[in-house]
Amino acid sequence: MTIFLTIAVIVLVFLVIFQIAKASEYVGILKGEKETRQQANKINGFLMVGFLVLGLIGLYWCNELLFKKTLLEHPSASVQGEKVDSILWITLIITGVVFLITQILLFWFSFRYQEKENNTPFFFPHNNKLEVLWTVVPAIVLTVLVIIGLRDWFYFTGDAPKNAMVVEITGKQFGWIFRYPGEDGILGKKYYKEIDPATNSLGLVWKNDSTLHLKDDPATHDDIVMEQTLYLVKGKPVKFIIGSRDVIHDVGLPQFRLKMDAVPGIPTTMWLTPKYTTEEMRKIMDNPNFDYEIACDQLCGNGHYSMKGIIKVVSQEDFDVWMAKQKPYYYLAFPDKDPDNKKTDSTAKPTMAAGQLMNKAVAKN
Amino acid sequence: MSNEIALGAGAGLSTELASEHHEHHEHHQSFITKYIFSTDHKMISKQFLITGIIWAFLGGLMSVLFRLQLGYPDSHFYWLQDVLGKFWVEDGRITPQAYYALVTIHGTVMVFFVLTAGLSGTFANFLIPLQIGARDMASPFMNMLSYWFFLAAGLVMLSSLFVETGPFSGGWVAYAPLSALRDASPGSKSGMDLWLISIILFVVSSLLGGLNYIATILNMRTKGMSMTRLPLTIWALFFTAVIGVLSFPVLFSGFILLIFDRNFGTSFYLSDIFINGVGALPNEGGTAILYQHLFWFLGHPEVYIVLLPAMGMASEIMSVNARKPIFGYMAMIGSLFAICILSFLVWAHHMFVSGLNPFVGSVFVLLTLLIAVPSAIKVFNWLTTLWRGNIRFTPGMLFTIGFVSLFISGGLTGIWLGDSALDIHLHDTYFVIAHFHLVMGVASMFGMFAGIYHWFPKMYGRYMNNTLAYIHFWITLAGAYLIFWPMHYEGLAGMPRRYYDYSSWESFKQFAELNRFISTVVIITFATQLLFIFNFFYSIFKGRKVTTKNPWGANTLEWTTPINPGHGNWEGEIPEVHRWAYDYNKDGREFIPQTEPVGADESQH
Repeated sequence: MTIFLTIAVIVLVFLVIFQIAKASEYVGILKGEKETRQQANKINGFLMVGFLVLGLIGLYWCNELLFKKTLLEHPSASVQGEKVDSILWITLIITGVVFLITQILLFWFSFRYQEKENNTPFFFPHNNKLEVLWTVVPAIVLTVLVIIGLRDWFYFTGDAPKNAMVVEITGKQFGWIFRYPGEDGILGKKYYKEIDPATNSLGLVWKNDSTLHLKDDPATHDDIVMEQTLYLVKGKPVKFIIGSRDVIHDVGLPQFRLKMDAVPGIPTTMWLTPKYTTEEMRKIMDNPNFDYEIACDQLCGNGHYSMKGIIKVVSQEDFDVWMAKQKPYYYLAFPDKDPDNKKTDSTAKPTMAAGQLMNKAVAKN
Repeated sequence: MSNEIALGAGAGLSTELASEHHEHHEHHQSFITKYIFSTDHKMISKQFLITGIIWAFLGGLMSVLFRLQLGYPDSHFYWLQDVLGKFWVEDGRITPQAYYALVTIHGTVMVFFVLTAGLSGTFANFLIPLQIGARDMASPFMNMLSYWFFLAAGLVMLSSLFVETGPFSGGWVAYAPLSALRDASPGSKSGMDLWLISIILFVVSSLLGGLNYIATILNMRTKGMSMTRLPLTIWALFFTAVIGVLSFPVLFSGFILLIFDRNFGTSFYLSDIFINGVGALPNEGGTAILYQHLFWFLGHPEVYIVLLPAMGMASEIMSVNARKPIFGYMAMIGSLFAICILSFLVWAHHMFVSGLNPFVGSVFVLLTLLIAVPSAIKVFNWLTTLWRGNIRFTPGMLFTIGFVSLFISGGLTGIWLGDSALDIHLHDTYFVIAHFHLVMGVASMFGMFAGIYHWFPKMYGRYMNNTLAYIHFWITLAGAYLIFWPMHYEGLAGMPRRYYDYSSWESFKQFAELNRFISTVVIITFATQLLFIFNFFYSIFKGRKVTTKNPWGANTLEWTTPINPGHGNWEGEIPEVHRWAYDYNKDGREFIPQTEPVGADESQH
């Protein structure tokens, strides 16, 4: 019922507007074309400057309301993101100044030079000096932006530092799979035809397959695979090797200010250095529920909006403790190879693989 | 004149037209040849325009529907379910499948059907012969085919809304493999087949039209109309057609490969894919990035196909209503030319984070930011044109000023996104939505409105209602900024585009209130467009009649034709041109039409 009422009201409003418009047209005909035009001109000229003033106030107000909801309110969560922020501010200042000058001139000129009886328009078809001026100045400013931008771009896309840890991220409809190389530091071979959603979600090559000419790769045996939550170490660079199992996804990391597509068949990379642990960031943001979220930024199907991953940034100690608890994915597929299953009395001790890994992590520090 | 010969040879369905112009007797066309299978460029342009308006209405309505979901994610619209059915709305909420279908079809329809066919199709058809002094297009028959292919494309697209698995829902860019694999998404089933057929028909339409525009502009200008005396509208439409003719075939080839991948087991875009519930696919060795190259090789020039006609019309309308020559005519042509060339050299800036080689990316950063230079020249030239003018705020002029404002606002954020070091953060967020809607969506729409209001008297011999036009302009301008300006902030929070629901995201859910606000403004702004549509159709039949040939006091040739020109445009000889189109307020005269010979005592410029 309310719908019909709403429609009735809308139609009524339309009718009223139309009647007024029609009436004003008749009045205009009675008054004569010239006078009508002058009157309409005055109103619209006034609205031009009114729009400018209201617009500038609106700009300020909008900024007051919304700036604190953006990422710029808080420091970037990665070292690389600081550079993104700095070029963002430089670009904002340059474009902001141009924006204000041109918009003010546009609406001010419109108001100032509206049609008047005694106005004599200035015949001004061209002026080489002016035209050269506003070709050269933008060109110089843009060159500066290009130079800064490219310097940062090559830093972002360049090689990760030698001490970076390596994590593989694989997108699938609609979630993320993470893989750590395990104690040997090597991500074992994978082949997509080996994928089995239940026991081998990445298609790791860990058995001989003569039809596909595949040989068991021992490097896969200690790889650690998990879904949904990724653990990173504060202050330690991490290199992501990004891929996709089906369609194109995108690893979007808003707080770290970076993103990279996940393309089936073509591995892509991205590296960053986390600056704050999740706990520290919760304090900075003053939000106890905060988590670093991985947002898929490339439309990948109807579940695109729910393709979320969580990144926990922790200290090295916490990371080592956590890592020690992880079991290689291999043992999930081959429970009989798991040393835990062979020894029945080893419940209290950490697993061999995890223990060695812990030693290695300590040695690195 | 070659005009008569071309018209006689190409008129096809109405062969006796050529003789009609010479004898000036009343010629009775049947309803079908006059209004439906017409070869008159003016009628074809009206067909393009009205079809475009219908598509703009549908495309706009789709955006209202998906904004309902974004603005009111917790509400239930049961009445909507009654209207649209269960596929689209379930339990009063728009389904994710429907949401993505709406987003996709909204994008496709607006970019191709409204802002390419509706804009170029209408104004290239209408203005080229009238402003260069020709009786019709080089090939009126091809011109007619161009419209009918466009209509067919539209009908196929429309039919895809009714298939069982729904229309295509993988975004207007249709990235493979999502678009290539039927099992990847329900929308990629028969909906995608229809989508592809529709766009291929559209490419054919666009090529038929484009070749015609180029041939007409190059060959059929009236005596004295040298290229440097052409109004800027014609220059803009010329470059638009050139861009279209060179880039649409590349899209076509990309789609052919996609059709092969979808239907014939090839692997152009496919490699290493495992689909849940289906298993590993046999395809290996293809590259998904190839599709993006082929798509954006059209996709980016397409932005300028949409924008250039608006720029050209803005230049013309601004000069007429500021009663001043356009500032820097040659610089305007030069910048159009620069944009035309550069538009082909910047496509990979859509692909900075696609896995593209970073060095290749850096070359595209340079070229992309270069395109800001001609854009800046145009803006400064428009501002100087307004300076010390005598501005009449006709509805056309208002929309022209609005166009410049929106072009500045959206253009400047292009500098942000063209810089790969910033794009790596802002790519595919709401910042991008704000950027391209302002600079190419709404700005071009404003160019189109300006053109409609300005040339309506020539099209229909009547005026549109001014009061309605003023209301339309001010609400639309304010609405455009209220909708898209705050989206920059959402983008700066990293909020991704194309999400059905943000409520489960700790990083993005703070904008729920803002999204509701934006959706409300969308509804109001959309309602205002209905006012325009009403004004348009009402004025065709009941508008105030035009009583003089040249109501705006303009210099260009279309205002030398009769108030309601017949097929052939001019009675008697086509007028000869003696000067450029922008002699306003020169030597103390308010305007000097192009047809007037240069006087002996006239000042040089």
